Amino acid sequence: MALKRKDLLTIRELESDEIHLILDTADSMKEIASRDIKKVPALRGKTLINLFYEPSTRTRTSFEIAGKWLSADVINISTTVSSVTKGESLLDTGKTLQAMRPDVVVIRHPVPGAPKILADRLQASIINAGDGAHEHPTQALLDLLTIRERLGRLKGLTVAIVGDISHSRVARSGIQAMRKVGMDVRVAGPPTLLPRHPEELGAQVTTDVEAAIADADVIMMLRIQRERQGPTLLPSLREYSRLFGLTVERVKKAREGVLIMHPGPLNRGVEIAPEVADGPYSLILDQVTNGVAIRMALLYLLTGGHAATN
Amino acid sequence: MRLLITGGRVIDPASGVDATLDILVEDGQILQVDKRVQGSGSGGPGKNKKPAGRDGQTEIRVIDATGKIVVPGLIDMHVHLREPGREDEETIASGTAAAARGGFTSICCMPNTDPVNDTASVTEYILEQAKKVGRVNVFPIGCISRGHHGEQLADIGDLAAAGCVGLSDDGKPVMNAELMRRAMEYATMFDITVIPHCEDLTLSEGGVMHEGRVSTKLGLKGIPSAAEAVMVGRDILLSEYTGARLHVCHVSTTESICLIREARARGVQVSGEATPHHLILTDEAVRGFSTNTKMNPPLRSAEDVTALREALIDGTIEIIATDHAPHASFEKEMEYDYAPFGIIGLETALGLILTEFYHTRLLALPMIIERLTTNPARILKLKHKGTLVPGADADITILDPDQEWIVEENDWQSKSKNSPFIGWKLKGRAVMTIVAGQVVWETS
Repeated sequence: MALKRKDLLTIRELESDEIHLILDTADSMKEIASRDIKKVPALRGKTLINLFYEPSTRTRTSFEIAGKWLSADVINISTTVSSVTKGESLLDTGKTLQAMRPDVVVIRHPVPGAPKILADRLQASIINAGDGAHEHPTQALLDLLTIRERLGRLKGLTVAIVGDISHSRVARSGIQAMRKVGMDVRVAGPPTLLPRHPEELGAQVTTDVEAAIADADVIMMLRIQRERQGPTLLPSLREYSRLFGLTVERVKKAREGVLIMHPGPLNRGVEIAPEVADGPYSLILDQVTNGVAIRMALLYLLTGGHAATN
Repeated sequence: MRLLITGGRVIDPASGVDATLDILVEDGQILQVDKRVQGSGSGGPGKNKKPAGRDGQTEIRVIDATGKIVVPGLIDMHVHLREPGREDEETIASGTAAAARGGFTSICCMPNTDPVNDTASVTEYILEQAKKVGRVNVFPIGCISRGHHGEQLADIGDLAAAGCVGLSDDGKPVMNAELMRRAMEYATMFDITVIPHCEDLTLSEGGVMHEGRVSTKLGLKGIPSAAEAVMVGRDILLSEYTGARLHVCHVSTTESICLIREARARGVQVSGEATPHHLILTDEAVRGFSTNTKMNPPLRSAEDVTALREALIDGTIEIIATDHAPHASFEKEMEYDYAPFGIIGLETALGLILTEFYHTRLLALPMIIERLTTNPARILKLKHKGTLVPGADADITILDPDQEWIVEENDWQSKSKNSPFIGWKLKGRAVMTIVAGQVVWETS
């Protein structure tokens, strides 16, 4: 079975069987990571360009490692959009890159929909590595992989997502992905950090963090993104932490053994207590490990690879 | 040169006329409107451009309008002509050509050019240029504030004397309520209408689309409907307090409509306009991230569109205006956040309104024509415009309400093509546009 699409721009466009195909392929990719020599020739002769318009450590590194383990040639282009009037337009950059015949372009960009501008015009496969507050599909997929790996299933589980839903591409992709595989999702955050119609996202909505995490199988804490938030949205990080932070006490009120996730980077002591982040039920580092596997799977599938049938 | 338009259904809402009549035009004015104007039989049925000989003094062109609708030339009181400053996007020549094609014989140009129209010399330049190269009448709107910076009054008296017919800082709302109050007070001295773009910039800051269900899904920053309504409310109160006439640009939200309706009921001199795109498209159109769906105010929710349609039908909103806003392709072919706001509208407005309101039986033709002619002429106090009574200027539009056509990507009189309606099949269009007795547009 192959992934019959050129690009991966959103979770919205994916069917649930495609999601399962990607997860199953990622499972088999994980074996490569455990080898002494972490290299297979699947993407030999293919070129992967990481085009990052926002600072990123883990996502960019994750794509780079994924490409290299599959033997692709990997080029990283990092740029910050200081001014629109300065420099080249995204479209022109895209055309220039296309002229160098890349096979895959991974793009991260602060504006929702920006990856689509490339996808509509380039022959290369485009992977969205996060477009503004819109989507971050590879994050959603690696989160599903991490949950499935630990709990053995996805369907019927309940996830609580806590924090800044409004500015979060992780939430937007995550909720859709979880709904598509039969999970229930609750979101919690202050009204100033919820979008205008949060119910549209397909989750139950509350401003009570303890109601959201009660009985949940997984708690996913979102980062307070200080760089995206103006001064009018929150009175202080201290008050936010008191109202929504995941403390040891709050975890104790949740289900025994509830799994803790966070897309990173962490604001320790703000949205998550250090003891919780480093605790026995934290999957935060598993998420990072699985990120490489998911990205290997996508690179493989989008460049024409087929999932092993067994 | 005389014109005789025969056999058409003449609709003139100002005089209440709706009948099959002939119209005789001489020296740029309407001379006679009657069942059978003398000489109308000589041409007989047949093609246009049939010369009917001489009646002793001047040549007469007979235009057979049988099966067509003859209306006062349409008036668009909200157009951006981009000249001076951005002649790559539009000029007075190209913008008025677009107007002529769309059936508009008079357009008002907004002052946010470069330089802005905040002094008489800019107004005079526009009017001179329009006289030289314009195909239709151009009526400038002057700035409320100097430099449209919202800090100090522009020389409103000079602007009015030079020919400005309204005042607006369109695109840069006057945030200072005291300045708006004084602008309104001052405007009453010249009996000139204040035409604000109502938007509270602190509420809309950073927003690129309507804040609602779709923005929730797309992660684009929203512009709440309250950003408009808060300012509509403020300006209504200031209009009431100062006695100034207020015309609200491109009304887009349910709340604004309620405020205008209530204010009109208690006698405030407030009117409002709606654009074809706000009457027809919803924020659902943004889903594909096409920047031709980005305008300000943004495309609103389906509920807002329903309310706006009701307001247009019941007369709360009494004017249709396009907010024709040309932008260069290279500027629109950007990430959604970075693309400029605005779409062109002159060449599609009539077709869209006929398709969506006349052919769906939501509005009768006389009601549509009133909102495109009589009403803007009245609000702007344009003399001899917006009517077909004898003595009026011979600005006349002939419509074929049933002609079907497709909005083609590369078929524009405008220099820009930033329209979300490309590819749409429309029913109805202007087949001839006449300004001061001269044919300035006719379909082949």
